[in-house]
Amino acid sequence: MSATAAAQASGEPMIKLTKLNKWYGDFHVLKNIDFEVRKGEKIVVCGPSGSGKSTMIRCINRLEEHQQGTLVVDGIELTNDLKNIEAIRREVGMVFQHFNLFPHLTVLENLTLAPIWVRKVPKAEAEETAMFYLKRVRIPEQAHKYPGQLSGGQQQRVAIARSLCMKPKIMLFDEPTSALDPEMVKEVLDTMVELAREGMTMICVTHEMGFAKAVADRVVFMDKGEIVESNVPHAFFDNPQNERTKLFLSQILNH
Amino acid sequence: MAGIPATADLRPPVSQIKALDWLRANLFSSWANTALTLVVGYVIVRTLMGFIPWGVFNAVWTGSADECKAAKGVGACWAFFPANWRFILFATFPYEEHWRPALASVTFVFLYVFSAIRANWNARLVYVWAGGLALIGVLMFGGVFGLSFVATERWGGLVLTLILATFGIALAFPLAILLALGRRSHMPAVKTLCVAFIELIRGVPLISVLFMASVMFPLFLPEGVTFDKLLRAQVGIIFFASAYLAEVVRGGLQALPKGQYEAADALGLSYWQAMRMIVLPQALRMVIPPMVNTFIGLFKDTSLVLIIGLLDVLNAAKTAAAQPEWRGYGPEVYFGISLMYFVFCFAMSKYSQQVEVEFNRHKHR
Repeated sequence: MSATAAAQASGEPMIKLTKLNKWYGDFHVLKNIDFEVRKGEKIVVCGPSGSGKSTMIRCINRLEEHQQGTLVVDGIELTNDLKNIEAIRREVGMVFQHFNLFPHLTVLENLTLAPIWVRKVPKAEAEETAMFYLKRVRIPEQAHKYPGQLSGGQQQRVAIARSLCMKPKIMLFDEPTSALDPEMVKEVLDTMVELAREGMTMICVTHEMGFAKAVADRVVFMDKGEIVESNVPHAFFDNPQNERTKLFLSQILNH
Repeated sequence: MAGIPATADLRPPVSQIKALDWLRANLFSSWANTALTLVVGYVIVRTLMGFIPWGVFNAVWTGSADECKAAKGVGACWAFFPANWRFILFATFPYEEHWRPALASVTFVFLYVFSAIRANWNARLVYVWAGGLALIGVLMFGGVFGLSFVATERWGGLVLTLILATFGIALAFPLAILLALGRRSHMPAVKTLCVAFIELIRGVPLISVLFMASVMFPLFLPEGVTFDKLLRAQVGIIFFASAYLAEVVRGGLQALPKGQYEAADALGLSYWQAMRMIVLPQALRMVIPPMVNTFIGLFKDTSLVLIIGLLDVLNAAKTAAAQPEWRGYGPEVYFGISLMYFVFCFAMSKYSQQVEVEFNRHKHR
């Protein structure tokens, strides 16, 4: 598996952050981030809370604005140009910690809304695609329910399907399992593993180290707004180089 | 798990509360409560004992002003309404043409009822309203189809109230949404303009807005340019209501979790798409109660057009009550007109509760 992943990962860079800086007021949240993701790569980003990991991936689809440095996604540089922002958002799917499904729309409407209005796909085709992805996340029977009627795990799988319906080239996951009850974490992770096996380019902020070991091409450790260490999973876990990485790993693995 | 038999589901206990228990629990649960119940009960009974003989048994229901005069002090003069209903409903509209505002009022009520039915909420509703308003316009203005022209100065009564309230609500609502969105805009010019408009209009009484629209505004216009007085009052009411409504809508926008905006952005929806399909449908549902509050307030505030000399239904009734032979029946006049306002406002309130339940169905399992 890792051989095919490596082959896929040898593609052109999909995301490139160069000397990226961001401040919240006086607080320097991202410090000179240099980071590159190639096509088909699966990156797991971890780090203590407040380390800037969520902020970094939220910069990639402009939910947060960076103030210095350059950010290129799929050959398009992110600037204040609304056209570029919208073009990038069409190609980048995002899954949130709190699902953020639209509660006033049915599951099916949640899935077809963006394809119909952003991609201009005909309604029938959008519904067909939606049902295809609902089957892939194994909840086609929930299509006509409202999000509030589903369990957390089901909602998160709907959220993943909603992003996939836009046929994105890149998927961003912002702590997708942190808000779930323990017994629901697995069903969401299984869906993500499946997605990774199909060659999707993924950046995943998570503390699920089992997931990182199973699918990640690289694990990135962030602390205090910097990328401290970045390595292939077995080297990252078995032989961490930096003291801060060692401390962090000892805290999350030994309990 | 298969080996463990599940406990059978039990039915919830049947409620034991009967009328007597209810009374004991709610009205006579303690000495203080019992005393309060007795005091309030006494006040209610005394009030009704005063009102019912005056308002029902000794009241003059039909007849002339003289009969009312004879019963003065002991019975209410409801005969005021049958004797003056045409002036109350149509005010100074030419007497022979009263069927026109009557039909216009019926058309309004038809439009309200038609729009209230959920099954009619489709594209056809727009045409029905366009047709209805065109019909009302033709009936009120005339000048075509052999109808005589009637200037807006002569409009009055119930139909004037309905016109001011309907256009007031229908136009203040979209304006309020734009103002609320504008107030949250990242564009400084748009934001400043919206904040200034809202704060300025909200900071002065409606009476002074109407007065300015009626008296001061024409002074700023170049000579020879005039706007209809009714139109100016209508615009004043729309602006006034929209400033209040904008803040209500903004409350809904702020109550919506940030994640909803982010999810819409992340999916690539444009600003207006996100507002139209994600943000406003949820934000407006949350603020139905305060919104209806504002609508009801606006409906009643239309009576303030008295200040610029327009006769809405309340002021038409007051004018009718100023006739020498009908003088001194203030309580009856206000009671009757209040009842009419109550019917409209209560209908709005009840209907909004129904809409709220309907719209929030997705929240329930």
